[in-house]
Amino acid sequence: MSDSPIAVEQHGPELLHHFADAEQQRDAATLGMWLFLATEIMFFGGMFCAYLIYRFWYYNEFAAGSRSLDIWLGTINTAVLICSSLTVALGVRAAQMGKRKLLVVLLLLTIVFGFAFLGIKGVEWYDKYKEHHIPGNSFNVDDLIRDYPQLHIDPRHEQIYFSLYFAMTGLHALHMIIGVGLFVFLTYYAWKGRYTPKYYTPVEMGGLYWHFVDIVWIYLFPLLYLIDRHR
Amino acid sequence: MSEHIMSSKFYYAIWIALLCLTVITAAISFVDLGPFNAVVALVIATVKALLVVLFFMHVKYTSEKLTKIVIVSAIFWLFLLLALSMADYATRLWT
Amino acid sequence: MATVAVTAEREHYLNKEYGIRSWLLTTDHKRIALLYLISITFFFFVGGFFALLIRLELLTPAGDLVQADTYNKLFTMHGQVMIFFFLIPSIPAVLGNFLVPLMIGAKDLAFPRINLLSWYLYIIAGVVYVHCILTGGVDTGWTFYTPFSTVFSNTRVIEAGIAIFIAGFSSILTGLNFVVTIHRMRAPGMTWSRLPLFIWAHYATSIIQLLGTPVLAITLLLVVFERAFNLGIFDPTRGGDPLLFQHLFWFYSHPAVYIMILPAMAVESEVVACFTRKRIFGYNFVAMSSIAIAVFGFLVWAHHMFVAGISLYSALIFSILSYLVAVPSAIKVFNWTATMYKGSISFTTPMLYAFGFIGLFTMGGLTGLFLSALGIDVHVHDTYFVIAHFHYIMVGGAVMGYLGGLHFWWPKISGRMYPEGWGRLAALLVFAGFNLTFFPQFILGYMGMPRRYWQYPPEFQVLNVLSTAGSTILAVGYVLPMIYFLWSMRYGKIAPDNPWGAAGLEWKTTSPPPTFNFEEAPEVTWEAYNYEEIPAPAEVSVER
Repeated sequence: MSDSPIAVEQHGPELLHHFADAEQQRDAATLGMWLFLATEIMFFGGMFCAYLIYRFWYYNEFAAGSRSLDIWLGTINTAVLICSSLTVALGVRAAQMGKRKLLVVLLLLTIVFGFAFLGIKGVEWYDKYKEHHIPGNSFNVDDLIRDYPQLHIDPRHEQIYFSLYFAMTGLHALHMIIGVGLFVFLTYYAWKGRYTPKYYTPVEMGGLYWHFVDIVWIYLFPLLYLIDRHR
Repeated sequence: MSEHIMSSKFYYAIWIALLCLTVITAAISFVDLGPFNAVVALVIATVKALLVVLFFMHVKYTSEKLTKIVIVSAIFWLFLLLALSMADYATRLWT
Repeated sequence: MATVAVTAEREHYLNKEYGIRSWLLTTDHKRIALLYLISITFFFFVGGFFALLIRLELLTPAGDLVQADTYNKLFTMHGQVMIFFFLIPSIPAVLGNFLVPLMIGAKDLAFPRINLLSWYLYIIAGVVYVHCILTGGVDTGWTFYTPFSTVFSNTRVIEAGIAIFIAGFSSILTGLNFVVTIHRMRAPGMTWSRLPLFIWAHYATSIIQLLGTPVLAITLLLVVFERAFNLGIFDPTRGGDPLLFQHLFWFYSHPAVYIMILPAMAVESEVVACFTRKRIFGYNFVAMSSIAIAVFGFLVWAHHMFVAGISLYSALIFSILSYLVAVPSAIKVFNWTATMYKGSISFTTPMLYAFGFIGLFTMGGLTGLFLSALGIDVHVHDTYFVIAHFHYIMVGGAVMGYLGGLHFWWPKISGRMYPEGWGRLAALLVFAGFNLTFFPQFILGYMGMPRRYWQYPPEFQVLNVLSTAGSTILAVGYVLPMIYFLWSMRYGKIAPDNPWGAAGLEWKTTSPPPTFNFEEAPEVTWEAYNYEEIPAPAEVSVER
């Protein structure tokens, strides 16, 4: 039976048999992850397209909806994600340098920041629930109509804003949850010593994913929270 | 991805820059810039995104051109979707 | 048919391991290709069954076989099954999965486990869709247009949307795997300009799958949310725009048709080169045209919306772009034809399908140009003219490419020859049946018969009857290969490594290949399609 006649060098169990060498495996993983992120850009992009068109049509309703969001919580959450990106970047660096304990700490910190973000998001959504701003049968924006009479808000159009708000932040939160799950696995394997300066690809790839989710939020924040705040 | 290991100080600097830009974008939204509020917000967001992509995601230091091609292509494709859709909406009321 | 006894049966990917676990947990791209082959064949017959019922209903002008609502379900599910569960996966998931690593000299795809995940996602999606069929089906038209799908339809729209959403991820992962494999795992010496055009076309297909499918996914998700939570994003009575749905939907669904045709063009290049024993004329042009089709294909989607209410100015832009997208396809047709000039042509089964492909794809493509003209589209939009147009491309083009490819590589996949006489007969039946089925539909559409209607004026009956008659011949043509391929696995002549004397790395390994594809890692020092160096095979004997 012909097993791999090519890779006869000594290699660890992490080198998969169909690759010629570790570098090819790592290059493949990297390209694969970037391509996946490209698909995610298009995935979120569809909703950005819907957002763009309805903001073009219903600017007033978008402004009112935006102002009903808590800008402090939104800003803090943005900062939380930025901190998590820092810990991720430092974590990859720790892996590159073979600092196992530091890597574990940084991965755990990232998870903590991730949970913090989700927690704050939960608080924001709960506020929307209390204000009856969640689209559906109990949707009611009389409060916004009353607060911003000059905007002449049509509640049907306002519901479109909030539908997009929940769809976009919801999809983002789902990606955060998946990211946290991924990082739990990474932390476990890091603690077990699986990642060395020769092989830390999963940490790197997890990092790329996490940074991407951060970037999505970097755009969501101004688009959802900062419309027409100056008036 | 290159083996270039960046100094942790540099990462902290990027982190500080990102936090500052966050504060700035929130604060500046309260200043009336007319139609430019949206533009400024998006420009700042793009700068932040670039900082993350180039430095946290190491794209500045990679020797792999394909990575950059993938990123640029994806963003370009998104713009195709947005631009050609808006071409319809923006011109619907033209006579 | 006596099989030649081999002294010790050589180990290859089929007999390396037995048992259901070795198949359901395989990471071998060749076994995964066969898993797909079985699954998509199943869905082909499901979709075909719906087509049969449609054609039976349309034998008579009155709506007398099924009720109108049922008819709506039939054409919807025919379209969705055929597109999402047959055509989109077909060539890439079966032939692409099998051949891409072999053609580039690799041991497997870049991500074998993701490849298996792709298949499982496809199966899960299929199970959900079958459940949808069995619990009431969906009647929105394959296009899920809003607000009918989000507000008014009483059928299982959410379930169908979820099924197709999952199938979309199967498609995305396949595309991802191919792009990484082609970039990173080519054998030493296999430069980009030595790649078979099959690889170029699958690369282009994968780009489309990666960049387009996610938009369909998010769009279907929004439809599901709208229906489930009573939102108003696409509902015009609540400020939503139905055209927004259509923009997002067609942004994927137009490039999707190139996902369906590019792989068939991939097969066409290989088959034409082999059975004219010549390098494809204008290799660079054909390779670049594949990429051009993938790129331009994203720029034309609103030609499906010319009469939906988009602005005239954007319609003009999309009309011009739609003319441009035909150019690279035409370039390929000219190049295949030029390849045949002064070639040494053998009329084997794959080559018969290849000839059929060129003629029928050209007709389908040209009628697409008719539709790109705004003035003509106003007249024939939503008529049988459109149906004939896309069936010429998807059936006359893509399905014939698929069948031609299956026949061409069958010896490599199974280690057996199919019976050539029956193969040629089936190809001719498919060609004849296809034309009888769909040519009358051009005329019907031009005369004004609308699509998606379950009854029609009596003056259209003759053409409809001809069409239904053609569909029965077509069905026979499709069933025959199923039978003789299965027959060949036990009784077919044992295939040599290279029965066709074809160029390409896949023919340099055994039929069937070993699990890791090559006994020794290949090193490529020759150009693609080096037919001047490859001896022609002995005449293929006609067997019964």
